Amino acid sequence: MFAEENGLKGDPRLRAISEAIRVVPHFPKQGIMFQDITTLLLNHKVFKDTVDIFVDRYRDMDISAVAGVEARGFMFGPAIALGIGAKFIPLRKPRKLPGEVISEKYVLEYGTDCLEMHVGAVQPGERALVIDDLVATGGTLSAAIRLLERVGAEVVECACVVGVPEVKGHRGLNGKPLYVLVEPREIENGFSDG
Amino acid sequence: MSDYRDEDPRIHGIRTKIRVVPNFPKPGIMFQDITTLLLDPKAFKDTIDLFVERYKGKNISVVAGIEARGFIFGPPIALAIGAKFVPMRKPKKLPGKVISQDYTLEYGRDRMEMHVGAVEAGDRALVVDDLIATERVGAEVVECACVIELPELKGREKLNGKPLYVLLEYYPEA
Repeated sequence: MFAEENGLKGDPRLRAISEAIRVVPHFPKQGIMFQDITTLLLNHKVFKDTVDIFVDRYRDMDISAVAGVEARGFMFGPAIALGIGAKFIPLRKPRKLPGEVISEKYVLEYGTDCLEMHVGAVQPGERALVIDDLVATGGTLSAAIRLLERVGAEVVECACVVGVPEVKGHRGLNGKPLYVLVEPREIENGFSDG
Repeated sequence: MSDYRDEDPRIHGIRTKIRVVPNFPKPGIMFQDITTLLLDPKAFKDTIDLFVERYKGKNISVVAGIEARGFIFGPPIALAIGAKFVPMRKPKKLPGKVISQDYTLEYGRDRMEMHVGAVEAGDRALVVDDLIATERVGAEVVECACVIELPELKGREKLNGKPLYVLLEYYPEA
């Protein structure tokens, strides 16, 4: 679900968030209009508003764990975790985490990749949130959900700053709700860089 | 020139939350795993608070964090002190125009990149978790800040005289 249709209709922060994201055409390859959130991080007020919107949504949902997907999920997840008093769990590419891990494979456009989580990071019955900067196909988020569910955690929701319109009206990912702040932008408004 | 805060009562709690993983990523290395610190909301908050208390009100306009663990500590600090956050990334991850800095590791070299325009001349920067050459764009690196120092590795000698602030030190058992 998009924030605009979910209690934040007309919220001026959403427009500012959308405009703070830089669109980089043809990255990482031809045809892709990359949604670059690093420009959002350069704007303190907009970055704070982004985190505040998520914190306001999740603070009373009894969430004890925020799992962030490497690497851009790390830029938003910890601040949200701190804001709601939850722990932060990094979900990482293979061989980065030093302790015992569980792994979950997922499918890319060409080939597969793998996401890992430390054993013991989350306990059965804990309520968890998954964070990433953007959701497109949902492959990465689905892998994240499976990792958490495999150890008995309950994934309450997945949250992203940007989500493609196709996720609107979906039942979500693996049946889990998805909460998104803004849609990807094209570059007609002139705010872009190559 | 540099400082560490083991008098503050919060430091003990933080220290006990860091897990040491022997022989990772290779034999002989005692890896300082901060993910266990992140699992304790109070200890994680205390870590951030200690840095924020030091840097708030010092006119720091940029917090730069190195991929990937610098992305975990840097943004909360940046948000709390009113600074922008700039990710320093491995090659080819940043989508826009970048400047690069090569650096040497124990074995071999690596390269770090930053977006052009992220940091500007006159910015006062805090680097979290590692050193970077933001001086190349005319910013002033005010200090480097880390959760943990391994003093035996003498990393602070590589900082060209830049102050280093750490929360705690780790000495391997003799």
